[in-house]
Amino acid sequence: MIMSKRSVIPFGPQHPVLPEPIHLDLVLEDEKIIEAIPSIGYVHRRLEKLIDKRDFKDYLYVIERLCGICSFMHGMGYCEAVERVFDTEIPDRAKYLRMIWCEMSRIHSHLLWLGLLADAFGFDALFMQCWRMREKVLDMFEASTGGRVIFSVNTIGGVRKDMSKDMLKGFVNEFNSMEKEIRRLTDVFLHDYSVETRLRGLGILTKEDALRFGAVGPMMRASSIAQDTRKTGYLAYNDIDFDIITSDECDGYARCFVRINEIFQSINIIRQAVEKIPDGQISVPIKGNPDGEAFVRLEQPRGEAIYYVKGNGTKFLDRVRVRTPTFTNLTSLINILPGSELADVGLQILTIDPCVSCTER
Amino acid sequence: MSKMKKSPWIMHYDGASCNGCDIEVLACLTPLYDVERFGVINTGNPKHADILLITGGINTQCESVVKQIYSQMAEPKVVVAVGICACNGGVFKDCYNIKGGVDTTIPVDVYVPGCAARPESIIDGVVKAVDILEEKYENMKKKGGKAH
Ligand code: SF4
Repeated sequence: MIMSKRSVIPFGPQHPVLPEPIHLDLVLEDEKIIEAIPSIGYVHRRLEKLIDKRDFKDYLYVIERLCGICSFMHGMGYCEAVERVFDTEIPDRAKYLRMIWCEMSRIHSHLLWLGLLADAFGFDALFMQCWRMREKVLDMFEASTGGRVIFSVNTIGGVRKDMSKDMLKGFVNEFNSMEKEIRRLTDVFLHDYSVETRLRGLGILTKEDALRFGAVGPMMRASSIAQDTRKTGYLAYNDIDFDIITSDECDGYARCFVRINEIFQSINIIRQAVEKIPDGQISVPIKGNPDGEAFVRLEQPRGEAIYYVKGNGTKFLDRVRVRTPTFTNLTSLINILPGSELADVGLQILTIDPCVSCTER
Repeated sequence: MSKMKKSPWIMHYDGASCNGCDIEVLACLTPLYDVERFGVINTGNPKHADILLITGGINTQCESVVKQIYSQMAEPKVVVAVGICACNGGVFKDCYNIKGGVDTTIPVDVYVPGCAARPESIIDGVVKAVDILEEKYENMKKKGGKAH
């Protein structure tokens, strides 16, 4: 019998399927991976340390740039934490507005991911179509906040911009028509023969492993753990009726399935929110400097994120800390890679929906 | 721009960015902005690329990677710094791990400002880069095929 040959193949940081730099040393036995050793730090900036040089109001603009995909949620998480230190309740209208923007972020993030996934398995037309749909969400963002990627629409104590009735109604109409188109697209992901063969059985993460490695977000829900931080009822999620999407197949296909159905849930949430949004103010003034500490959990497109702030009564905070979903999901990734083939690595990495820039900060 | 003289192949590398500009670079390739109509193709191989788009500042870890990619590209080559971070460090300028903009490591030909840089301005930057590429090519011919 011929002995199988061992080799180490570097993967990344610059690689066509990776939108962001991460490096893996893959130990292979012929084509099979037996170990994956990550090395990170290509996007490390030390954003948290910048709190020494920016006061707590300015820092909002820094923390938004933690990651360009969830920039709204990062800004919001930080604001919520500081608001908690101040012990202020933001107006109900602001809560609803934040919720609508959050769900829009989730839709655009999941569409972005679907596009990248299609690109990774070589279905270019599908990639283009997903991103075409995503542009519509970005147009709505631009109409309501003024930005496509970085919005700066949060402020400590509420939000800075209101949406008119007509605008909200227009958004719902737009989403209604988008829903049909997205359904057509996602049917390809779920029912196309070639897509299914690429995704089924890819990177299996059992329920026990998901718990052991602390998977979060769609990664965890695809391993049949029904947990969603939105159900803790921050913002106005308690008034909204939505389901936690889970799947018990635990593979790449399941993760795709969960994210696709979350898009429709998000559209549903926006519809309900527009119906229920109360009139009133959009922000309350904040006086003084933060003193004390607080932490906030919220559900990002990639899973649960935690924000911690500690103030000392001056305008400079002592500490800001963020734990991002990709950081926890990386452990799962390292553990699902062994056993798969080299050609599947790109796809495997994508199924966790990595966001390197917020992980490394 | 009257007409594109060349179909430039671009390569994109993400330095220490917030990936806001990255997704805008990718958005340029997709149906709304569609740079492929100018003959622009995104490639993953530095040896194939004429134009290098870099987003984000330079940190100690990615410095060598950027240098390596740049040195692997064939002459003539043009570097476009996309986003204010890539131009001079931007919001992250004061972070201890950020050296500054891309020009602290490799020569930059076109600066595209904005945080995040809008797809329109990125396309504009690429169009400018094509002119510079052409110029460099002419100079090379004059010198008998040598870059310097
Ligand atoms: S310029 Fe702004 S949006 Fe672009 S990478 Fe830098 S921080 Fe992000």
